[in-house]
Amino acid sequence: MVVVIGFQLAVIRQPLPNALEMVSGTLMIVLGLTLFVQGLEQALFPLGESMAYAFARKGSLPWLLAFAFALGFSTTVAEPALIAVADKASEVAALGGMIRDSESSRHHYALGLRLTVALGVGFAIVIGVIRIIKGWPLHYLMILGYVGVVIMTVFAPPEIIGVAYDSGGVTTSTITVPLVTALGVGLASAIKGRNPVVDGFGLIAFASLTPMIFVMIYGLIL
Amino acid sequence: MKTLWILWQSFRDILPIAATIAVFQVLVIRRPIANLGRLLAGFIYVVLGMALFLQGLDMALFPLGELMATQLTSGDFIPAQNADAGDYIWVYLFAASIGFATTLAEPSLLAVAIKAQEISGGGINAWGLRLAVSVGVAFGIALGTYRIVSGDPLYLYIVTGYVIVIIQTLFAPKIIIGLAYDSGGVTTSTVTVPLVTALGLGLASSVPGRNVLLDGFGLIAFASLFPIVAVLGYAQFAAWIGKDEE
Repeated sequence: MVVVIGFQLAVIRQPLPNALEMVSGTLMIVLGLTLFVQGLEQALFPLGESMAYAFARKGSLPWLLAFAFALGFSTTVAEPALIAVADKASEVAALGGMIRDSESSRHHYALGLRLTVALGVGFAIVIGVIRIIKGWPLHYLMILGYVGVVIMTVFAPPEIIGVAYDSGGVTTSTITVPLVTALGVGLASAIKGRNPVVDGFGLIAFASLTPMIFVMIYGLIL
Repeated sequence: MKTLWILWQSFRDILPIAATIAVFQVLVIRRPIANLGRLLAGFIYVVLGMALFLQGLDMALFPLGELMATQLTSGDFIPAQNADAGDYIWVYLFAASIGFATTLAEPSLLAVAIKAQEISGGGINAWGLRLAVSVGVAFGIALGTYRIVSGDPLYLYIVTGYVIVIIQTLFAPKIIIGLAYDSGGVTTSTVTVPLVTALGLGLASSVPGRNVLLDGFGLIAFASLFPIVAVLGYAQFAAWIGKDEE
């Protein structure tokens, strides 16, 4: 915020248009984020974390994988940053003539994008959980993922590539990171012979890699 | 009426998490949920907060980012009529400082940095790590804006970044690798993403000859790649210093 105001005053030296709307919008963001995080900490996080630990200890593989997928999918759908970016992407796509410019087709595109990313994250968490259980080294899988991204880039339509690359970073945000990290660290500490530090991390890395591949596939299908 | 619609939308967005937790709780864990009242109150906070946040983004952060991009590329700052990519210096500076400031303030990064300090037994300093990541993000976004201005294809940069990451992985201390990979995703969070996205889209629409669809996105990708390079580099540096002292 300081940076924005500093640049506005020192460099641009023009009054902000719609100053009132900007200020009230900023206040809404601050208030909204505070409420949002407060609510998460009060309701979702304790429950999600205790469930992640419970599943990690229970040891039933199919249930654990089902839970891992559902957790990755549902947290991504709810991620506010992704909602915002998907809406922007649909506006841009409509302007650029990639999809028809109507309310419903934009809405359809944005929702499809979010569901695709969510599928990607769910898939990533499942792979990541299997990795923790088997104890595979992280970097082989990551390199494999990178190769996948590069190959997909060759085939995907150029209009989708920017959005696809961005979606990797966007997905892992306020809701997903704490819940998924809890799952990873809980799992790694529940399994014998796994170091929570070496094996517990890395789920986020998968979750920011596979959405790129999935979104490019989405672009191909579209 | 519009408020109600937005509230309904955020309710729908939160529903899958609630459903996941409820279904697995009832079907698999089979224990009653403690503090149900508190939980429901928290759920309502989340819905309200998300509705406010998204509405605020549309009113303030998105227009602001686009406005800054348009103003910084306007005639006052670009000297020549047919300027080349080197003349957009203010854009790069702005991009770098936005990346640096928002990353340094990122709470999830703080948590990761403290964890890293613990596991390395002090070999990695939490403050140094945060600084390294912030510099990584700042550099990433600045380079990303340079790419938008110059119009080079995105994948060239990203693939080069991947190659650097892979080479570094071979030489970095094993213990840091998971953390380093994770730090890429962690840094780009709720406030950074809309602002940076708006900057990219605004830039692509105001620089002559750029297509918003082709060039507008991609900044976030830079911002999540370069922290990995920075953290791996920092770990190598810390290990090298440690070896020197022994």
